[in-house]
Amino acid sequence: MGQLVNSDNRMPGADKEADLTERIEAFLADLKRGGCGTGPIRGSGETARETTALLRKVTAQARWSSAGDLMEIIRKEGRRMTAAQPSETTVGNMVLRVLKIIREEYARSRGSSEETDQQESLHKLLTSGGLSEENFRQHFVHLKANVIEAINELLTELDGTTDNIAMQALEHIHSNEVIMTVGRSRTVEAFLKDAARKRKFHVIVAECAPFCQGHEMATNLSKASIETTVIADAAIFAVMSRVNKVIIGTQTVLANGGLRAVNGTHTVALAARHHSTPLIVCAPMFKLSPQFPNEEDTFHKFVSPHEVLPFTEGEILSKVNVHCPVFDYVPPELITLFISNIGGNAPSYIYRLMSELYHPEDHDL
Amino acid sequence: MADCGEPDGPGNKDDITRSKNEGKELSKEEKQRLRKQKKQQKKQKERKNEKSETEKEKTPVSLLPPPRPVATQKAPSALPAPASAPIPVPASAPFHSSPAPSPADKPAKSKAELKAERRARQETDRAAKQPGSSSSGIKTKVPLSELNPVVKRLPEHVQVDDPAVVKRLAKKLERQQIPLRSDYGYKVSLFSHLHQYSRKAPLTQQLSIPSTVIHPSIVRLGLQYSQGIVAGSNARSVALLHAFKQVIRDYTTPPNEELSRDLVNKLKPYISFLNQCRPLSASMGNAIKYIKKEISNIPSQCKEEEAKTKLLTCIDRYIEEKIVLAAKAISKYAIEKISDGDVILVYGCSSLVNNILCEAFEKSRKFRVIVVDSRPRLEGREALRRLVQRGISCTYVLISALSYILPEVSKVFLGAHALLANGYVMSRVGTSQIALVARTFNVPVLVCCETYKFCEKVQTDSFVSNELDDPDDLMVTRKGKTQLENWQDVSSLGLLNLVYDVTPPDFVDLVITDLGMIPCTSVPVVLRVKNLDQ
Repeated sequence: MGQLVNSDNRMPGADKEADLTERIEAFLADLKRGGCGTGPIRGSGETARETTALLRKVTAQARWSSAGDLMEIIRKEGRRMTAAQPSETTVGNMVLRVLKIIREEYARSRGSSEETDQQESLHKLLTSGGLSEENFRQHFVHLKANVIEAINELLTELDGTTDNIAMQALEHIHSNEVIMTVGRSRTVEAFLKDAARKRKFHVIVAECAPFCQGHEMATNLSKASIETTVIADAAIFAVMSRVNKVIIGTQTVLANGGLRAVNGTHTVALAARHHSTPLIVCAPMFKLSPQFPNEEDTFHKFVSPHEVLPFTEGEILSKVNVHCPVFDYVPPELITLFISNIGGNAPSYIYRLMSELYHPEDHDL
Repeated sequence: MADCGEPDGPGNKDDITRSKNEGKELSKEEKQRLRKQKKQQKKQKERKNEKSETEKEKTPVSLLPPPRPVATQKAPSALPAPASAPIPVPASAPFHSSPAPSPADKPAKSKAELKAERRARQETDRAAKQPGSSSSGIKTKVPLSELNPVVKRLPEHVQVDDPAVVKRLAKKLERQQIPLRSDYGYKVSLFSHLHQYSRKAPLTQQLSIPSTVIHPSIVRLGLQYSQGIVAGSNARSVALLHAFKQVIRDYTTPPNEELSRDLVNKLKPYISFLNQCRPLSASMGNAIKYIKKEISNIPSQCKEEEAKTKLLTCIDRYIEEKIVLAAKAISKYAIEKISDGDVILVYGCSSLVNNILCEAFEKSRKFRVIVVDSRPRLEGREALRRLVQRGISCTYVLISALSYILPEVSKVFLGAHALLANGYVMSRVGTSQIALVARTFNVPVLVCCETYKFCEKVQTDSFVSNELDDPDDLMVTRKGKTQLENWQDVSSLGLLNLVYDVTPPDFVDLVITDLGMIPCTSVPVVLRVKNLDQ
């Protein structure tokens, strides 16, 4: 907790430290509150940016002498942040990105090429015989500056993700199409608005009970003069036969190419597969997470069931189990294409992208 | 082929008819020209041109989009192409002009044959001009093949985009003194052929008090339908039959009228009124057919009191047999399918499925139920209340959580609004989704449906014939904010509130009816057996 109170005359070093701790605490508290399932109060893009900015501050202000120390500090902070809100995976992803950056900068400073350190070919595993010799103990003068510069680059990349994805819209949407989407995704909204500047098409939005975020999406789209229709969740299969494409956003892209998306997405994916309609996922790269969907009990997140069965139904409430899950798992076979800020990819390629973004030793924080 | 141009056509025809009148035999070129003209005129008609060249008649063409099996009021125009009747009229020369590009071997016509032809044509035209008998007029003249190609009249409520049909309905309602209900709100373009009414403007507001045309119990029933107080296929049919019983009790035959004919005519405006309040369901349609048949079968020498008691007992027997006893039979079969330890998923509120579950629970089967519900109707809450009152342990989720809950489920029981003749199940919107996801998880899907809900219609998607509910129902207020509050003001925003959808038969594993457990594809067999019985 932040022990020192803000006052004007303090030691500069202690001041910065207190400031930093305060910011981290504020961020954690916000995470705990913000992920209450009614949709993030901040979008995941903002979360990613906040996390990266915080990590940059930690790099700049914390006391460390070698890359190994820095990585330890960042890992510690990262564990705290992911523990605050486990379902908000962008936080963990950004921590892993920063760790990868540190490793790269360290390797570059040492002068060795990056590739030989990264890949674990079978040959290397056999010949190296155990853990690698890297312990990141060497001290380099310019490491700090390099790392901070690299993190700045990461921040600029994060700023431009939505625009990068939206720029690809015209390649995927032709005129007079009927597009279906589910719930509310800022990425998909920007995607569709960008395409609407040049093409005319029709959008069907499934409202996605019980939070009904689809309503907000529909109002935003219709303000941009896109022909929008709102349907209830129950009508998804009924109207799917007239839909040409399904474009959705997601909360997380899992390591096997599957999705953890808002509930109801699995139904949409199944209906799309039944009618052979392509399913396109617009997801920026910071949503890619090295988790696999194996852990049944940690995969799902639930919120208060009064959204589903309100307290006005009092007399039966005590005798009924009510579930209100927030996320759905969509297996990679149902997905046709991922559109991210680095271009379009098939789900089978996701594992490769992951190895470029994160180092395998960091996967378990 | 386009050598005899269209402007030439009428002139040529006049020539030909004149030459016929003069008794001249048609030469080969004239015959060929005839055939070409017929072809072109057929093409012109298909392009929706008004045909009025022939001097014989100028019956108005009711314009309808390409789907051919529609009875039109158009009589076949004299010489050339057929009405858009899909009946392949064989070229039997002696009786009428062979319409289409007829086979090349046209027999040479003698003077007498031509005269007979002309007379026959005039007969058909005169018959066609009589209102209401047009289609039957055409049909009786044609030697029918064995499998009757059925010319069905398309119901009005799926032709809202056709102004002629709408006008015809307005006239009919005016004649019956029933107010016409106006559509509400912006309709999604895919559904412009269906009505969309608002619940806040019920039809009864436009009725004068006291209404002499419509019986008060029918007025009350109509209001209950349109406000959703009476909902659900069985409930609506039973309420309808009870209202009709009241009508029959209060009925007196006017002098010089026969009960069997007059009562049917009295019922027609009531049915139109109820249709305006809320489109009739398939079960209601079958019930009405049964009542009309019973009424018309009353012998004329029967006294009024006797006839009325007979009708009342008929109706009671119908309800007892088709609904109450059928439910018992279905429960008996369905309980065989429920085993101990089952987790059963149900959707919405189906009276039949609730009945089955309650009976199974009374027979001490150990199972638990998952009730799936959907916005905006939220009918599942009613089912939940009924089941919890009996003491059945229940879980409640919304339909978007279906993929989460299905791995726990061992069976899915669904109710149906109607079973169509091609094996599709028409039911509350969302049913097809549940069947789809259940099939993906390899969970068996059982549909429970009484036989009186089977209907002759065929449908492959949920668009061509459906019901659009009040679009304002989709609005919701969360945290004090209603996102879609002013959706009417935004021109590019539409709300769609479907009521029904159709489930393909490959998603359904078994249909449990009072006749037994049948696969979905056996529905036309049951219909045929029922028709033979009647």
